[in-house]
Amino acid sequence: MNLIVPHLPVLQVAIPLIAAPICVLFTFGGHRKLAWLFTLSISWICLLIAGALLSRVVLETDISYAIGSWPPPFGIEYRVDPINAFVLLIISGVSAIALPFARLSVEKEIESDRHVLFYTCYLLCLTGLLGVTITGDAFNIFVFLEISSLSTYVLIATGVRQDRRALTAAYNYLILGTIGATFFVIGIGLLYMVTGTLNIADLAERLKPLSDNRVVHAGFAFIIIGTCLKLALFPMHAWLPNAYTYAPSLVTVFLAATSTKVSVYVLLRFLFTVFGPTYDFVNLTFEFVLLPLAIVAMFAGSVTAIFQTNVKRLFAYSSVAQLGYMMLGVSLCNIPGLMATILHIFNHALMKGALFMALGCVVYRLGAISLGSMKGLGRRMPWTMGALTLAGLSLIGVPGTVGFISKWHLILGTLESGYWPIAILIVGSSLLAVIYIWNIVEVAYLEKETSREQTLKEVPMTMLAPLWVLVILNFYFGIDTDLTTRVARNVAATFLGGG
Amino acid sequence: MIEALISHYNYWLIIILMMLGLYVVVSRGNLVKKIVGLNIFQTSVFLLYISLSKVSGGTAPILTGKPESFSNPLPHVLILTAIVVGISTTALGLALVVRIRESYGTIEEDDILIAERSQDVSERNGGSA
Repeated sequence: MNLIVPHLPVLQVAIPLIAAPICVLFTFGGHRKLAWLFTLSISWICLLIAGALLSRVVLETDISYAIGSWPPPFGIEYRVDPINAFVLLIISGVSAIALPFARLSVEKEIESDRHVLFYTCYLLCLTGLLGVTITGDAFNIFVFLEISSLSTYVLIATGVRQDRRALTAAYNYLILGTIGATFFVIGIGLLYMVTGTLNIADLAERLKPLSDNRVVHAGFAFIIIGTCLKLALFPMHAWLPNAYTYAPSLVTVFLAATSTKVSVYVLLRFLFTVFGPTYDFVNLTFEFVLLPLAIVAMFAGSVTAIFQTNVKRLFAYSSVAQLGYMMLGVSLCNIPGLMATILHIFNHALMKGALFMALGCVVYRLGAISLGSMKGLGRRMPWTMGALTLAGLSLIGVPGTVGFISKWHLILGTLESGYWPIAILIVGSSLLAVIYIWNIVEVAYLEKETSREQTLKEVPMTMLAPLWVLVILNFYFGIDTDLTTRVARNVAATFLGGG
Repeated sequence: MIEALISHYNYWLIIILMMLGLYVVVSRGNLVKKIVGLNIFQTSVFLLYISLSKVSGGTAPILTGKPESFSNPLPHVLILTAIVVGISTTALGLALVVRIRESYGTIEEDDILIAERSQDVSERNGGSA
């Protein structure tokens, strides 16, 4: 045990990375079920490691791991502190819960000879996301970002069996995602130009005397724009709706719950660890760029969602709005605001995970996902639609659910900054969420089913169980907020304490 | 002023290349041309890294035993990784274009949009009926 524990940070990334090529071997002999079982067990191992890392950094101290024993800042450093341990737990947790659901869903939605390769790409995507989160090296972030993005493009394109538009969605995401990642790497290059280091902690130290340097300003701008493209902040969200809509259900669950959150984490890392609110240009960015865009995103996303007839696209637009809440919390730059962002990273993973999983169940039985085809579904598939409604309540932010907790802190944050009109806007945008959730509830429960829906049955237990685990977590963490708020407060204090 | 322009000519070329690439991605409707633009854009970043590693008067970073100044080898290594990323992106992008051509019969963005819009409309009508 003593042999393994010091190496947990690197194992977190190395295990899924090595597992991916091993998974390809299951092609020989067509061991489809084995490939799924393998991916499932790797996910659970990742979850255990993430749990061990989080408990260690919360109870003891931050972990710094030097890859190949090259001491930082010369070698690549993996650095685990409460915020990225928390994000690691979210990524691997979502993966561990989503995979039991995946088997039937993937069997239904993807050609059987592609299953093994599908799971391989999934493992690579998991590796990339975990790697972006755990690494303490700026260029390493880019490399892992591209590992996760490239596998994501493939995963989205596998939705082609349902709809050919998956191909164009993947292509558009490839173009925009590559532009975003390249902007990011230009920014890193400019910072390297003036500081000569790529280690994040070292970068933060060496940038302190350079706050008036033009190259630093340009690098900062490139990094912020690049990450905002990746996290789909409002005017740069064009890739997101189609990518979520046409990807296979498992991919949508996983991406919606993790990939944009990882980009939010990268943005937090650069805004607060590398730069920090002591720089004038960072404060200007908060006030004049992120704050207005976040507010526009909250409304533009929700209003567009109301008019969608494809339910998956409806929730994709709602994700744009939810990312607006996260960015609003960041731009407030005070403790409750940042807490709201960090809490919402976790809470939004729970609710969008549950919502898209419920839609995955609907697709499994119905094959389609337009509002018109869901008439009377509440009576035919009570457990699925019940979960969808409860997760929808959480999305609105009803007290007792996780959605309420993050909005509560967000409103506290706006009041602390004296922006009380924004607090009213948050409530207003939540009311828009009521409208689009009600659209679904009305169709599913109040309209009469047609002959087609009358033959439908509830989905199997293996799909319902993970769905309800997520729904119950939505309520559990809405009532017992001790763990999540403790981590969030801790992280927000470190970020704002110049740490 | 002129001297400042000329002594930094590498950066000017890189910026021109960068904007050229980005413009091609945005303005062209042909999916293959977009990928060409993306490649130019990425290449300009490779050049940015390589040219910033040059130390004036420095030699190639090879150990010769003699004390001399040499260029910074780290950006070269970084860009080796970025080139691999660029190649995989191009390969994946072109593979997607092949599949798009197979199912839409065209690689012009405008035609694809028309096909998708009519699919949207028929879906909406079919859904509400």
